[in-house]
Parts: sequence; C-alpha cells; structure tokens
Amino acid sequence: MSTLELDRGRPAEAKLRVIDCDIHPAMNAWTEVHPYLAKKWIEHLTVYGSHLRHAFSEALTHPRMSPDAARVDAYPDEGGPPGSSLALMRSQHLDPNGVAFGMLIPLRWNPGSQRNLDFGVALTLAMNTWQVERWVKNEPRLRASILIAQEDTVGSVAEIEARASDPNFTQILLLPRTDEPLGRRRYWPIFEAAERNNLPIAVHVGGTNGHSSTGGGWPSYYMEEHHAVAETMQSVLSSLVFEGVFERFPGLRVVIMEGGLGWIPSFSARMDKHWSRLRSEVPHLKRSPSEYIREHVWFTTQPMEEPGRASQLIDLFDRIGWDRLLFSTDYPHWDFDDPRHAFKAPLSEAQRAQLLYGNAQAFYGID
Amino acid sequence: MVAGRPSADIDHAAIYAGAIDCDLHPALPGMQVLLPYLDDYWREMVSVRALDRLNLTLTSYPQNAPLSCRPDWKPEGTAKPGASLEAMQSHVLDRYQPRFGILNCLYGAQVMHSEDMAAVFCRATNDWIRDEWLSRDPRLRASIVIPAHNTELAVAEIERRADDPRFVQVLMLVSGEVTLGRRQLWPIYQAAERLGLPIGVHAGSAYRYAPTAVGWPSYYVEDYVAQSSAFENQLQSLISEGVFAKFPGLKLVAIESGLTWLSGFIWRADKTWKGVRAEVPWVTRAPSEIIRDHVRFTVQPIDAPDELAALMRLIEHLESDELFLFSTDYPHWQFDGDDALPTGLSETVRRKILCGNALATYPRLAWANSAMEVNA
Repeated sequence: MSTLELDRGRPAEAKLRVIDCDIHPAMNAWTEVHPYLAKKWIEHLTVYGSHLRHAFSEALTHPRMSPDAARVDAYPDEGGPPGSSLALMRSQHLDPNGVAFGMLIPLRWNPGSQRNLDFGVALTLAMNTWQVERWVKNEPRLRASILIAQEDTVGSVAEIEARASDPNFTQILLLPRTDEPLGRRRYWPIFEAAERNNLPIAVHVGGTNGHSSTGGGWPSYYMEEHHAVAETMQSVLSSLVFEGVFERFPGLRVVIMEGGLGWIPSFSARMDKHWSRLRSEVPHLKRSPSEYIREHVWFTTQPMEEPGRASQLIDLFDRIGWDRLLFSTDYPHWDFDDPRHAFKAPLSEAQRAQLLYGNAQAFYGID
Repeated sequence: MVAGRPSADIDHAAIYAGAIDCDLHPALPGMQVLLPYLDDYWREMVSVRALDRLNLTLTSYPQNAPLSCRPDWKPEGTAKPGASLEAMQSHVLDRYQPRFGILNCLYGAQVMHSEDMAAVFCRATNDWIRDEWLSRDPRLRASIVIPAHNTELAVAEIERRADDPRFVQVLMLVSGEVTLGRRQLWPIYQAAERLGLPIGVHAGSAYRYAPTAVGWPSYYVEDYVAQSSAFENQLQSLISEGVFAKFPGLKLVAIESGLTWLSGFIWRADKTWKGVRAEVPWVTRAPSEIIRDHVRFTVQPIDAPDELAALMRLIEHLESDELFLFSTDYPHWQFDGDDALPTGLSETVRRKILCGNALATYPRLAWANSAMEVNA
C-alpha cells in the first residue's frame, strides 16, 4: 500500500478535491427571510419568537465555549455572524480547501423543534427558499437541504414533494432530538416520501424535545452536552433499526452528521448481540441490526476521531466501512476539520480521494 | 437449548480457581421476606397498602425476558431467576469455584419515589442479603443497596453496613434521578472513599427520564441497548464534575456496561476535553488517564462478535490490562456454555481479569478473610 506524508505546508489547491458535507450558512439578520415568510409569521416571530421545550427561546442552556460555536477567524470584515458572508466562505474555505461541492446545513431557529407546528413548517419553507436564493444561486458549488419540521408529517411531506424535483436540493434535513425516537411510526410518511423521491435523510446534531440529554438526567456542563450528541445518534440508529424502518423502506438512505465515528462498530455489535437474545420481541427484523446499518447508513467525518495510534484510526475505518464515510468540515464552527490534516493516519491517494470526494459523489449522485 | 453446553472434559475449577465474580444477581422473591426487618409502622403500611402484592421487578430487567435468565439456568415454575442460593451454588459457585462472588441485588427498593420508603426497603434488602446469602455461603460478598436520591439517607445506610466487611461496594443504577457527577451526590462518594467501598454502577434505570435523549423507544431491546449510552454519559458527568479530582481514593466499577463502547468513549472524551477544558478547570488530566486510575469494568457482556479480539483491542486502546474484572452476570444470559471469559487470553492477562484486578479494586476483599473463616 502506498502512503503519503501529511502534505502540510505544500500548495494544496492543485491536489485537493473535496465535497464538504456539512457547511453552516448564517443570516446577517433574520429579516433576510422576510420575503419568504407570510406577514402573519413575521409578526408571530417578532411578538412571540421561538417557542421551544427549552428555557431560552433564543439561547442555549449549555452556552458554547466560543460565540456562535464559531472559529475566531470566521467573522466577516463587513460584519454579521460567521457563515453569513459568501465572499468570506469562498476565500476562507471553498477556494483554499478545494471544495467542489458543499452541502448547506442551516441550523437557525430549530424549525423541527417548534411547538407551534404551523410556525415550524412556515420557517422551513422560508429557509429552504432562502438557501437557494441567498446561496445556491450565487455559488454553484453549494447545494441546499430540504429542511423539514418533522413533527408535522403532512407539512413535511408537502415540502419534500415541493422541492424534490429541484436539483438545488440534495437531501432532506432534520435534527435528531425529535419528540419521539425517529423510527416511530408517526415519522414513516417522511421516510416514504424520501424513498419515493430517492432523497437521503440527513440527521444533523441538534434539536430540543424536552427530554434530558441523557437517560440519567441533565448534564451540568457543555463538555457533557457536547459528548452526549454521540449517544443521541446511537439512539436514533437503534430506533430506526428496531422499528423496522429499513425493512419497510428498503431504498431509504440515512446520513448521520457530526455524531462522531468511534462508537459505530461497538454500538452495531451491541445491537447485534442483544438482538440475538431478544429477537422474539422484534420479529419484523429479518436481518441483524449491523446489516441494516452497513447497508442504509452513512456518516460524516467531522469531528474526526483521534485515537492514540494511526493504525487504530485505520482499524476503525475498516470496521465502519470506508465507503460509508463522507468528509465534512463543519465550517465555520470551532471544531472545523481541515481536509489536509483531519486524518491523522497515513492514507493512500485512493483512500484520501474516496474519503474527501468519491464517497459523497456516489452518495449524492453527483456527476 | 443453548448452543454451547457445558463440556465435561474441561476442569473449570482449575481455570477459574481464585476468581472473583464481580456480578451475581440474587433475586428478592417478594416483599414478604423483608417484613421481619421492618418496624411496626412500615409493617402496617405494607399491610394497609398491600405493598406485598406489588411486583417490584425493574422494567430494566423483565423477569421472563430472555436476557434476564440464561435458558439452562431457569428455575422450575414461577420462581424468580436468581432467587435460590442453591441454584447459584450449583450454576456458578461450585462450578467455577470462585474465591469470592459479589452480589448486586436489583430489587425495586432503590427506585421508589418516596425517599423514606426507598430507604426503609433498601435497609431491609441489605439485612435480607446479609442473613439469607452472606451468612449462608462464605464465598459471597455484597454491594450495599442505597436510596441514592436522598444523600443523607444513603450515607446513613452505607455507614450502617460499614462494620460488616462482607459489604464491599455501594450499588447505584446507571440512570437515577440526577447525573452521577452532580455535587448533591458527593457525600455518598465521600463516605465510600472513606470506608474503602468502590461505587458499583450497574446497568438499569429508575426511569425518571426517557431512556434516550430522543424520547421513549418502543421496545425493551432498545432500552437495554441504550444502557451502554447511559454509561458513556455518566462517565462524562463524573469526569466533568471533577468527582475523581475531589475524591482521589475513589474507585468506580461499571457493571454490565457492554465494555466495547470504551474505545470510542476515550477518543471522544479526550478530544472534547482538549477543546473545552477551560469550562472545567479542575479536570487537569485527560479523561482516559482518569479512567485508568479510577474506573473498572466487568466483562459480561462483551459487545463484540469476537470477544477475545475485542478484549485485546480494548487493552491496546486503553493501554492497560488492569481495568477489567471477571463477572458471570448470573443469571442474566450473556454467555453460553462455560465461556464466562474468552479463551485464548495470555495467562498473565487472564489472572489479572479473574482476580488480580478485583483484589486491587475492592480493598474489603482482603479485610474480609478473617470474617470468612469464622463463618466457614
């Protein structure tokens, strides 16, 4: 196997070819979506704001360790929050990092967690149009995600159908902290629409549902809250598998975003082991849990794991499956992964190309 | 039938000689056995409220679920698996001839919302364990069952048992009323450290919250699978809150955690700590180092298709073979036949897992020798 030195310090533009599966666009001001919101919802947002299962409507009860959870160098000179300037995104990220395609993951307002379902759906419609008008039309490398308010399945399916034929959109986006575990039947119309339109479901860290972040209560610190997103993703996968979602929707593809990688092989093995004892409870499963995961689920790579030895990272990728890993940077957030340095292991050119570009190209059907 | 039946030509006693089985589950048959240990008021409450008719089997371990009892260990009739000392002797104690076996009783006393009721029933449970188990087999040791949601009453129960060296650990469920690192629980850890008692954290939930951050799953298998996620969250809590910095002598044993999640956990925890340690300035060492010093893990179940490879991988990732403790998890169905520990481990590692690591974890196992001889 040929190996490469880390190409630190060498001109990278010529070599890097990246599909970044996790870029967070921001607004200068929320009035940016006014053109796409009905007047009554603009008033609603002004008067009542977000109404979540959460102590603050516009802040987090585990404040992040940096403002906007952002890189300190990501603030545009012209003002506005990190991620709000296309010019800076180009000059700081897309151009120097060889990003050929970037998937937009808008996180503002948490539409899927809004208790007022009509308001949540209205926000998704506005933000979906905003992604196209503000970003994709001005930067052909970017692609939009169909944000849905999953607690209103009728509204969600309508929005999926409305956008499905628009090539600016590559996937359906929701956040994992749903009101009920994602595999529960109330969400199946969404999976049906996703399968029918051959759109993957992207599940990106976030959301608020009123349930504590752990089965043993609320954590005190952001250090715990940040860790717990991995366990949250474990529960999402467990629910999708044991409810039989992949049995019922054999064409469904799911991508778990920003949930970490180190837990995937052990959690798959855990599901297999205990399913082997308890399978009489879930007779609708025809195969072992790990088979469903291996066939239906992909994972974005940021934040990249950093085991003690490079061989342990290679071993981890071997056990997850190299073809299931989609590179992501999380730009402009603080724990950004640089495509040059993220993989702290010697990779062959082919492996590097597969992780940075090939897997996402195949996954999203990019020509 | 189970796949791997006990094979007659293997000398189990020789392989497991001197072993310390760190996870045995005695089943409390019903509240009637606690009556002798209750005062007049609580005996009356049991009678008036018919509490003895309540089935306090935990949702975390449904009595008849396949995981709760290995098929060839099932008792006749309606008896609870694990309720018979004679059966435990025949299935484990006489078969493997461990030097010690540690009892972790998962009866419902510790999860009652009433702190008074929980404390009274925990106290009676510990009395019953002492009289019906510890005093009837000198190899047995036990964990102290506590009402963890009332720190004052929990500490009182720990102190009540402290003079009996056969109580070697304090038992808590992995999912209780608050995350385990919270300062309100620290008096429990302070007492445990002072009295040479590790904190045994066992899989199981008081169900004060949905078992997952995404709500209530449909199936028991999902609840059980989520137990390892709960261990990850609780270790992160204990580390972040600085419990091990505050109580440098404290040991914690993760019991029935599934084990293989530990590699991914230390990678993520170490990386997260490097990024956000300014939030928790009392955490001055990497989580993986703290775990190596303070946390031990029982080895049933091992969540992996190849358990030997999984254990060797963990030893490599954790850079230590001193973290793992032998357990059968009797009568839970975690292994078949006699493969309580994967075959193929080096003699050194096997001896450490079977007994050396437990002796280093539980100081009271050494204190208890004289008491054992008296009872024998």
